Amino acid sequence: MRALTWHGKHDVRVDTVDDPEILNPRDAIIKITSTAICGSDLHLYDGFIPTMMAGDILGHEFMGEVVEVGAGSTLKKGQRVVVPFTISCGSCYHCGKHQYSACENGLPADNQDIGQEMYGQPMAGLFGYSHLTGGYAGGQAEYVRVPFSDVGPIVIPDGVEDDKVLFLSDILPTGWMAAENADIEPGDTVAVWGCGPVGLFAVQSAFLMGAERVIAIDHFPRRLELARRFGAETINFEETDTAAALFEMTGGIGPDAVIDSVGLEAHGFFVDNVLDQIKKSTFLGTDRIHSIRQAILACRKGGRVSMPAVYGGFVDKFPLGALMEKGLTLKTGQTHVQHYMPALLNAIMEEKIDTTFLISHTLPLEQAPQGYKMFHDNQNEVTKVVLKPGMALAAE
Amino acid sequence: MADTMNRASHDDAPLSTANNEREAIDEATDGLIVQRGDKLVARAVTINRPRDELYAFWRDFSNLPSVLDNVVRIDVLDRERSHWVVKSPGGGIVEWESRITEDREGELIAWASEEGADIPNSGRIEFRDAGSRGTVVVATINYDQPFGTLGRVISRIFQREPKMQAQRDLRRFKQLMETGEVATSSRTHKQLEEERS
Ligand SMILES: NC(=O)c1ccc[n+]([C@@H]2O[C@H](COP(=O)([O-])OP(=O)(O)OC[C@H]3O[C@@H](n4cnc5c(N)ncnc54)[C@H](O)[C@@H]3O)[C@@H](O)[C@H]2O)c1
Ligand SMILES: [Zn+2]
Ligand SMILES: [Zn+2]
Repeated sequence: MRALTWHGKHDVRVDTVDDPEILNPRDAIIKITSTAICGSDLHLYDGFIPTMMAGDILGHEFMGEVVEVGAGSTLKKGQRVVVPFTISCGSCYHCGKHQYSACENGLPADNQDIGQEMYGQPMAGLFGYSHLTGGYAGGQAEYVRVPFSDVGPIVIPDGVEDDKVLFLSDILPTGWMAAENADIEPGDTVAVWGCGPVGLFAVQSAFLMGAERVIAIDHFPRRLELARRFGAETINFEETDTAAALFEMTGGIGPDAVIDSVGLEAHGFFVDNVLDQIKKSTFLGTDRIHSIRQAILACRKGGRVSMPAVYGGFVDKFPLGALMEKGLTLKTGQTHVQHYMPALLNAIMEEKIDTTFLISHTLPLEQAPQGYKMFHDNQNEVTKVVLKPGMALAAE
Repeated sequence: MADTMNRASHDDAPLSTANNEREAIDEATDGLIVQRGDKLVARAVTINRPRDELYAFWRDFSNLPSVLDNVVRIDVLDRERSHWVVKSPGGGIVEWESRITEDREGELIAWASEEGADIPNSGRIEFRDAGSRGTVVVATINYDQPFGTLGRVISRIFQREPKMQAQRDLRRFKQLMETGEVATSSRTHKQLEEERS
């Protein structure tokens, strides 16, 4: 099959590799119809994530058609499914509590040591995201092997187009859980740092959960414009003193809840932390936690801090005192995708949530390397690139 | 006799977490397991299945190679004795015969290698009810850390970090019991065979 493979910094290629096979009873093989490039994939593209190996297949946001099933799968050939980016077994204690991203069985036993060392407990297994998260082949390919296919993938009714439901795989549930973790009460003002896909879905979700005002913060005009389309007020942090603006815009109280959907960005994400942890030296990310620090300082006393943004290691100058003295609550975590998918599919079908607005570019899988480059070089214009293995190559 | 793996003195922490390994071995071999060496490895894992089911799987030693990474084969000789064939460096193997020294249905199994073992070792696995969480499984292994060639053999058997290896094995046990399969990120049968060989 053809698949987008990683070969090093800014070097991804579409190669021909062996087709995936059913290896465990609960596996299914999915023929990919749509797959997206995620902001998180850019961290891999920039070479910031350790434990990548040449030839690794990327992609954790994907959907397609079931073409083969193991004896323990409940899927049927021909069904269309969206696959969650976390690999969760459905039968451990955590899955039983719907804390799917805390699943203890998705990561192969030997891959669990690093998380155990770094975090005290192993991480979740993820598709296409380095060997830290299991070394699973991702979905930016013609086919993918999906473990635990009886509990992960959600079946999509006929007639619903891919573009509407593809983001159930990651960013829509992530934005939704971010808003849920903000414990929004009617009448609340919620501030959202970052108007990438996660932030934009958090904006929509916050309004659906009863927020009266949402204030969205970014520096890309086009992304701020999208937030405004959903009713958010905006702050461009390049033109405005964000902290002062939030204070004034809320009559000196501060937002009731704050959401950090920025994260360490490409500059410092993961690699430094992981390597530093291994070297037992200090994490350099002093300047890289800007958004979470600002969010904590801006939040009203007794308010809630939600952090969907990914952080990997240790940080300096974390405002621990503010968290304590203001009596804030902090909630975070990898998204429990499986928990949110059914309700969000309904919300999409009932047109309560708009997803297709995000897609700025659609390309054939063969042009995935161009897709990565575009997304990497122009974050203002390129909000989301969707790859379609079946799509004909456009004439140049 | 203390019937848990807790140290009788000082505090309530499990033996395996003692800073003083010597002391821990003394206590472990004082009634819990037969002394077979100067190294102790102990690990606990919670498995979301009933105690009896886990005990039954473990009691049939021929099941164990599917979760114990370096064990090639275990031949069950009779109710109490089994023959273990385990990988060693350079593609060779080490072997020993093992006898069950204590067996309480649904609760625990203890064993010890017999005279002439390539690597003297003993162990004990306990199954304790954990309410809605299933069962807490505690494995304790005592073995001899020999010098020279055998020293290298042993470090290969338990890989670099014996505690890590025991934990990996328990994770596989958990995966198989909870999900019915052992997780793999291989994509093809060929890769899977390479990974498991
Ligand atoms: N928790 C999860 O399970 C989960 C899932 C998916 C993504 N994520 C994480 O969520 C975060 C956002 O993902 P995304 O795909 O939307 O990323 P993205 O890179 O597309 O968006 C981040 C946005 O933040 C803006 N930004 C940068 N610095 C800022 C600052 N100081 N203040 C305000 N805005 C700033 C950027 O301009 C950009 O538009 C990432 O950290 C990603 O890894 C987490
Ligand atoms: Zn993603
Ligand atoms: Zn699970």
